[in-house]
Amino acid sequence: MMAQATKEKSSYRAAFEVMQAEDARCLPAWLLRLRETAMERFEQVGFPTTDVEDWKYTNTGAITKGAFAPVAADARVELGADDVAAFLAPEASSRLVFVNGVYRAELSATENLPAGVVVADFATAFAGEHESVLRAYLARPSDPEVDGFNALNAAFLREGALVYLPKGAQVSAPIQLLFLSAPATQTAAVFPRVLVVAERESAATIIESYASTGESRSFTNAVVEVFVGENARVTHYKVQRESEAAFHIATTNAELERSGVYDLTTITLGAQLSRHGIGVKLAHEGAECWVDGLYLVGTGQHADTHSLIDHTSPHCTSHQLYKGILDGKSRAVFNGKVFVHKDAQKTDAQQSNKNLLLSNEARVDTKPQLEIYADDVKCAHGATVGQLEEEELFYLVSRGLHTDLARNLLTYGFAEELVEKIKIESIKRQLDEAILNRLHARLEV
Amino acid sequence: MSSIELLTNKEYKYGFVTDIESDMIPRGLSEDTIRLISAKKNEPEFMLEFRLKAYRNWLKMEEPQHWPNITYPKVDYQDIIYYSAPKQKATKASMDEVDPELIKTFEKLGIPLTEQKMLAGVAVDAVFDSVSVATTYKAKLKQHGVIFCSFSEAVLEYPELIKKYLGTVVPTNDNYFAALNSAVFTDGSFVFIPKGVHCPMELSTYFRINNSESGQFERTLIIAEEGAHVSYLEGCTAPKFDKNQLHAAVVELVALDDAEIKYSTVQNWYAGDEEGKGGIYNFVTKRGACRGRNSKISWTQVETGSAITWKYPSCILQGDNSIGEFYSVALTNHAQQADTGTKMIHIGKNTRSNIVSKGISAGKSNNSYRGLVKVLAGAEGARNYTQCDSLLIGDKCGANTFPYIEVSNNTAKVEHEATTSRISEEQLFYLRQRGISQEDAVSLIINGFCKDVFRELPMEFAVEAQRLLGMKLEGSVG
Repeated sequence: MMAQATKEKSSYRAAFEVMQAEDARCLPAWLLRLRETAMERFEQVGFPTTDVEDWKYTNTGAITKGAFAPVAADARVELGADDVAAFLAPEASSRLVFVNGVYRAELSATENLPAGVVVADFATAFAGEHESVLRAYLARPSDPEVDGFNALNAAFLREGALVYLPKGAQVSAPIQLLFLSAPATQTAAVFPRVLVVAERESAATIIESYASTGESRSFTNAVVEVFVGENARVTHYKVQRESEAAFHIATTNAELERSGVYDLTTITLGAQLSRHGIGVKLAHEGAECWVDGLYLVGTGQHADTHSLIDHTSPHCTSHQLYKGILDGKSRAVFNGKVFVHKDAQKTDAQQSNKNLLLSNEARVDTKPQLEIYADDVKCAHGATVGQLEEEELFYLVSRGLHTDLARNLLTYGFAEELVEKIKIESIKRQLDEAILNRLHARLEV
Repeated sequence: MSSIELLTNKEYKYGFVTDIESDMIPRGLSEDTIRLISAKKNEPEFMLEFRLKAYRNWLKMEEPQHWPNITYPKVDYQDIIYYSAPKQKATKASMDEVDPELIKTFEKLGIPLTEQKMLAGVAVDAVFDSVSVATTYKAKLKQHGVIFCSFSEAVLEYPELIKKYLGTVVPTNDNYFAALNSAVFTDGSFVFIPKGVHCPMELSTYFRINNSESGQFERTLIIAEEGAHVSYLEGCTAPKFDKNQLHAAVVELVALDDAEIKYSTVQNWYAGDEEGKGGIYNFVTKRGACRGRNSKISWTQVETGSAITWKYPSCILQGDNSIGEFYSVALTNHAQQADTGTKMIHIGKNTRSNIVSKGISAGKSNNSYRGLVKVLAGAEGARNYTQCDSLLIGDKCGANTFPYIEVSNNTAKVEHEATTSRISEEQLFYLRQRGISQEDAVSLIINGFCKDVFRELPMEFAVEAQRLLGMKLEGSVG
């Protein structure tokens, strides 16, 4: 086991050295240093094992053993506009498209943006006037406790998306960031990175999508950082529908300034093993966040969500609703922590996790946690695991509905609370379809 | 000082020391210590084996200092006296032979042991440091076939029962403190309710630590045979010492078909002073096994004392249709720390569990609920409902909830709900405008908050618990 881990680390090290040498001239020195530090951190900690409390229910052994290798810069997959059309949200008028982690300018569109707003890939941004923004936010002293996945992402920080909203900028049409996995010659490890900086009083909607063009067995290790300025508002959708052979590890961190609003909705449909770590820091008074999500998994899938809602300032509000539908031999993990610091008086935090088990082989491990060190607060959390209500079923059947149909209707209804919240028609439609497909598949069995 | 603050600072009234000559063994822990304890108690060979096996396990184990939400300096296990007993005649034919000083001590604690003053309807086993000094109503219970005696006595008189059940619910290698207890336990209570017997009175054990250098390691074993029914209550106090003392107990409950055990605790060990100096480390393993069909085990605890509480009374719901319950009020004030909760392991079909936990933190204290509800694949139709509420008094304390829910059966239904808040201004205002004083209003609200748990306690103790809570909180609300 130890030997395996060492081998794994050294294979990343080799690719890392190649990348550092390639980039030595064209990328800023601070970035190269940052990557080196992160690589050292990764080599020190490796991938987390189930001995670590936060990874108790999710075994990443398959990734360690998976022989994934970072994609070389010249490994180009032939993909035209027609091939990606199916993955685009028509509502979005600007988009960045990455294929196996590599930015594809010819598939992207960034011209329909208000003045001052920047939506650019990192290579362009590093060369342009916004290098200072990247440096200010990416090169911040990182958390010394950062786990192996985050460290590895930082070590391979090269391609990524920058969304910069200057003071007062209002972007009405959503901005889509699409990360596609396409079958490649090697089992690819890709390290997407997204930085969203919303200056005061700005507003935008971001759609972060992950998808596979085929049944590719890829490893995505993404890190997304969102900074919401004073009175700014960021609406963020993360839609993950990678192939059922894929591994998807993602981290989303957001930090909110005074009266900033962050609204995150995550949809997890794909991947063999997915893990989404969320950290939202309500750092100044009056900030408010929504962190909602739906995971829909079937046989062979494992979906893990870990979130930390960190109330460090008074008068902040957080809402969290996560729902899960588990079918076949699937597994889901939910771990949500709400932390209220000593001075965060008048905090209002609500958290709820509901799970619906459709099969007798599905398994759920849920752990909602409250850690509270201020007294004038209102905090509540709840978690449920169960199957459809007999009474509700009976009611529908008594109205003449077939039992299977009644079951599906109720399952659909269970998810609807979250589907309804989505403001973007195309995502809503996709999700509806995914739910109905899963239900129809059940009918045919 | 605001009135709620006034409400919490009442003196610990059980903090006195009884001046009595003790029979002590030298401090320190080794195989020799264990042989000595075993010899002092004239134990049969199998008990010594049991202890030594536990001790060897313990040596290999690691103290759980990382995962619980508590901090304390390392305990020096070689600096504890593992056996301390008040000097007295070996056998007590009647109460008259018990040292009057001891009787006086227990009377002062509100536990009269002499025949004429005994609490009607409650049989008491009084444990002083390492030994049981008296057990009341023994003869009367015997008529019904109920065995209620000190653990040491049970080892000598009912070795077969002990052999059959001891360590079957909490194995000697279960956890660090359980292993330590299994190696060095000195006394405790033994209860055996035979088939079909409804125990005619409440049974209770009163634990008292008196010696400042000793730890207390008691062992309780309760067995309810088919259709038997028993309600058991324990209470505990200790004098005020500046030094921390270790209390590591193990309680095992076994319920066979249709049996029911109700176990209530009112824990009021010395909690240390306002700065957190002194007090008892209460590191306890309590577990019940619902082995039979339709059996039921119910834990009720009111935890108000101890510098640190580390305790998770649990139920293993093995028999089909068995029921596990956990009702808890945990109050922490000043520098107290509590990490307490329960585990409900659903194994049998249609097993049900119910958890109601109420945490109150005041002062600089830290109060955590940590619980596990686990539904195994075979537990068809399992049902759990959990409610954890926390009340914060003051802005220097902490309240945490760490529930683990693991479900592997889709016919199971598990619900968890938790809230944290402070005493509502509106409720206070309502009571105040009815002419109720601030202090009484707060006390009313807190008692209301804990009502779901208090009503599970036997009558006399419910009253006691309410009083205790008021006393403990005196001065902290405002």
